[in-house]
Amino acid sequence: MSELRKLTLIVVILIAVIGLLTAFVPGMIGITPQWSGADTAASSKIGEISDYKPWFSPLWMPPSCEIETFLFSLQAAIGAGIIGYIAGLYIGRNETKRDQP
Amino acid sequence: MEGFLPLIWVIFWYAASAPFIIYGVWRLKKVMGEHPESKSMLAVAGAFAFVLSSLKIPSVTGSSSHPTGTGFGAILFGPAVTSIMSAIVLLYQALLLAHGGITTLGANIFSLGIVGPFVAYFVYKAVRSIAGFNIAVFAAATLGDMATYVTTSIQLALAFPASAGGVMKSFIGFSGIFAITQVPLAIIEGLVTMLLFKYLLELKPDVFRIFHIYIDDKAASTET
Repeated sequence: MSELRKLTLIVVILIAVIGLLTAFVPGMIGITPQWSGADTAASSKIGEISDYKPWFSPLWMPPSCEIETFLFSLQAAIGAGIIGYIAGLYIGRNETKRDQP
Repeated sequence: MEGFLPLIWVIFWYAASAPFIIYGVWRLKKVMGEHPESKSMLAVAGAFAFVLSSLKIPSVTGSSSHPTGTGFGAILFGPAVTSIMSAIVLLYQALLLAHGGITTLGANIFSLGIVGPFVAYFVYKAVRSIAGFNIAVFAAATLGDMATYVTTSIQLALAFPASAGGVMKSFIGFSGIFAITQVPLAIIEGLVTMLLFKYLLELKPDVFRIFHIYIDDKAASTET
């Protein structure tokens, strides 16, 4: 097995282990996980410290949960598409170079 | 977190970030002018930050957060260029997702686009002098991610000191939310960044040579 394949396998296994820990650790240390955003938790923390009220609200909000998911997915898709395109471009160029010595 | 920073801190963090953004634009122009062949790798670095910051991942604290994706760009192009990429990501999320915000943009650029990449860059340099390439990249991306969220905690603690215990007490509270949640995510970011570097090195080692990344490595000469 090549070094790169071995490394890929190790990384996948490690991420799977972290995923499993995430599923079980909160229960073990007595937290009921909400899985909400950390910034939501921070906002309520600010509420505990002071009676601060936000003075500005977002210019535009995704009208629904689905639309928000769509826009987050779009962000990931744009990024992944660019990385995939450029990686593919390099693979193609390397193959062309190999074919024409 | 739109509107959650008092106006004085909004102005302070915009002012603190501005010089880095101006320097970053100058650096970006210089890199693109001197090494036009690096444009594709600039796109990859920006795209990587785009993907990683869109992934909200559950963590051991029962909350979710997202990685930063800035370590890759910081190691390859330096922290200033990475600041520009972070600003683009943050604008997308502030305008389209109501995540982050326009009032918090300066503070977010400072934590995600400046402190994180600077920490990643210097950790890479320091660890690379004593350890292998993989370990240096992993450490840089992981600690850069952590540094971003520790900075966020400091920023909130400065704006909201606890009535008893002050800034320090607030900092402990906020880092309990942001920094602890971030630990597993930062490790994932370190692993994925390391893997991306390895894949791209195998595909296009010459780009890394122009930036003096990996150049002194034995593996580079055998892999090409």
